Amino acid sequence: MIRVTRKLEFSAAHFYHNPKLSAEENRRIFGKCNNPHGHGHNYVLEVTVAGQPDPATGMLLDLKELKDILQREVAERMDHRHLNYEVPELAGKIPTCENIAAVIWQLLEPKIKTGKLDRVRVYESADLFADCTGETNGVHGGAHT
Amino acid sequence: MKLSLTRRYHFAASHRLYSPAFTEGENNRLYGKCGNPYGHGHNYILEVTVSGPIDPETGMVANLGELDPFVEREIIEPFDHKYLNEQVDEFRASVPTSENVCREIYRRLKAFQAARLEKVRIEETSNNSFEFTSDCGEKRDTAR
Repeated sequence: MIRVTRKLEFSAAHFYHNPKLSAEENRRIFGKCNNPHGHGHNYVLEVTVAGQPDPATGMLLDLKELKDILQREVAERMDHRHLNYEVPELAGKIPTCENIAAVIWQLLEPKIKTGKLDRVRVYESADLFADCTGETNGVHGGAHT
Repeated sequence: MKLSLTRRYHFAASHRLYSPAFTEGENNRLYGKCGNPYGHGHNYILEVTVSGPIDPETGMVANLGELDPFVEREIIEPFDHKYLNEQVDEFRASVPTSENVCREIYRRLKAFQAARLEKVRIEETSNNSFEFTSDCGEKRDTAR
């Protein structure tokens, strides 16, 4: 099996606030990310597709096609947007890089027709990223289960 | 879907690769210039990966407000700007190769409660990196 990864950068604003919690709890849990005026990041998205290359072309998938899918599904939705207000798929969710990765997975999975979506990685900064894969958390359990 | 969160940290430390279980000749052959008795150092990059479901209340796998101080207390404070051979107890009895450093960091971070520790990866230099995951197994009994 071969994995092919395509990168996309996008810039967006967000802040963390859960309306079900008190102002004090929001500040305690989210710290400076709770600033209601928002702040922003240069996000880096890495999308990995896995599969067998077509023997006739030597390619797993047409990277131009993948680039177009990322442009349409992610850049047009999220680039230079406010993630709290302008992305319907994130409505009601805290726009953490975990949730952004999960939403992008859901957007891309049905669109990848050649090969299989293997991993969505969202860098919020060089020192922080979230990975979403097709496996289930249930296999390993987790603190929140 | 499986979600994981990876956070990168930085620490600088010195070490020397030398084992009293080997002769001088063997140490020289095994460790080369890393065995310099005065030691040498690196800017280590530490990557900590935790996994688990997204908490709907916070949108997070793990809150960095909990993970950062935990890693700071367990790893950065005891390792940063230290001589690993003499100032980290574990390496009084084992050679502080980056394999052993990686495993020791994993052992210390395993106590993190808020999410499952998935992987510890360290870069000793931009050319050398090491990973320890839960399936790497228990410590082997070796001369190192």
